[in-house]
Amino acid sequence: MVFPRYMLLVLPLAALVAGCGSDNDDNDPLTGARSFRYQVTITNLSAGQPFSPAAVVIHRSQWQAFTLGNGASVELERLAESGDNEAFLAEAGADASVLATETGMGLILPGATAEIPASASGSSDSGFLLTWMSMPVNTNDGLVGIRGIDLSELSTGDTRTYLAITYDAGTEANSESADTVPGPAASGLAEGFNAARDDIRDAVYIHPGVVTLDDGLDTSTLEGIQRWHNPIARVRIERVQ
Amino acid sequence: MKRLILSLAFAAFPFPALAAEFDVEIHNPTRGLYFTPLLVAAHAESVTLFESGEAASSNLRAMAEVGDLSGLTNFLNAAGANIAENPASGLLAPGESTVTTINTGSAVANTQLSVVAMLLPTNDGFLALNSLTVPTEPGTYTYTLDAYDAGTEANNELRGSESVGQPGMPVPAELDSELGTNGTGAASTVEGYVHIHRGNLGDTNLSGGPSDIVSTLHRWLNPVALVTVTVK
Repeated sequence: MVFPRYMLLVLPLAALVAGCGSDNDDNDPLTGARSFRYQVTITNLSAGQPFSPAAVVIHRSQWQAFTLGNGASVELERLAESGDNEAFLAEAGADASVLATETGMGLILPGATAEIPASASGSSDSGFLLTWMSMPVNTNDGLVGIRGIDLSELSTGDTRTYLAITYDAGTEANSESADTVPGPAASGLAEGFNAARDDIRDAVYIHPGVVTLDDGLDTSTLEGIQRWHNPIARVRIERVQ
Repeated sequence: MKRLILSLAFAAFPFPALAAEFDVEIHNPTRGLYFTPLLVAAHAESVTLFESGEAASSNLRAMAEVGDLSGLTNFLNAAGANIAENPASGLLAPGESTVTTINTGSAVANTQLSVVAMLLPTNDGFLALNSLTVPTEPGTYTYTLDAYDAGTEANNELRGSESVGQPGMPVPAELDSELGTNGTGAASTVEGYVHIHRGNLGDTNLSGGPSDIVSTLHRWLNPVALVTVTVK
């Protein structure tokens, strides 16, 4: 199981973010840059699909996590197959069109809610977009998230609510087998990320859901409780500054 | 005389803001569903292709059971709609996109956009954007479409006929190699009204079982289509 190992990596990052936050509260008199702060509140609406630690990106329209119908980046593949968002956030952070990246501090369990603060600075918030990606971990290569939400429509104190659906990275066959599903419903011995791409096509698509052993898929380690419908998550975005 | 000059002036300089030109891009984001030829139409508010909860028209039924657009196209032409028929020139495969342009020209009442196509493999499933009021402000707008069931044919999930009113699903070459054979038929009845499709059942038995649909390939969760409208 990859998550305990990864959560160790995440905690220092989160501590770093928390420590830095207050430095950005005021406008910079030299550059005229203003700080825009948001609280992203994610609720897992599934019955049996924990979400991997949230990857939150504030960006402009030139960057996106993926394009439906096109192949996933290797970094997105790693997130979708193992739940490890480190490479995905590093790749995003290196993009000139990305203003900020944040990670959640752990799994978001079914029914649980996580709050992730995120902030970005600029002369205005015109063109600010927000993307969240996690893996529903009892899948082969599933993704859950919202993409390119327009932040410029939010005034300070405003909250907007969005409903999230699931995607399939198209990078791993949906065998649902114990040696390929990293989540707790499986053996805990799954390999997670594997660079091979063996799904029916190498392209991101909307997830069809899991079939499960209960519904006749003999190779599946999953049960009926791991099934879901869209929407699978609720996301509230509040502009706090 | 004054009045005549005025009306001539209006005739020479119609209000350009009332005509609409926009691109309609349709993406198939599903794992394994094919869209039959798409019907894209701008039409008046008084026109509708179907009403959820009500029985399907015979024109909608032909589209949903076998992908036949002729009835709906005739209906829309008679109503003065602007139509783009079959922009993908055949089936729109999973992961593929197609785009078409609608210009309402002098038909300024055609403020509503509808998009429909049959979903394969299903018995009478279809995707639908049902009378969207097209934005007038230039920009790009994305809509997600759910799968509907026309309620006109039992969902037996078996290979079958390309004729309306006959049981079973049409099987184009693209699906012939994917579907199972010799299914016994999923328990089903004609529902009688248009509703949100319950999804495919399918099974993992390629040479028998209740269904010829493959559960690992042909299931879906909504939405089943993305429509991006770019208003110029």
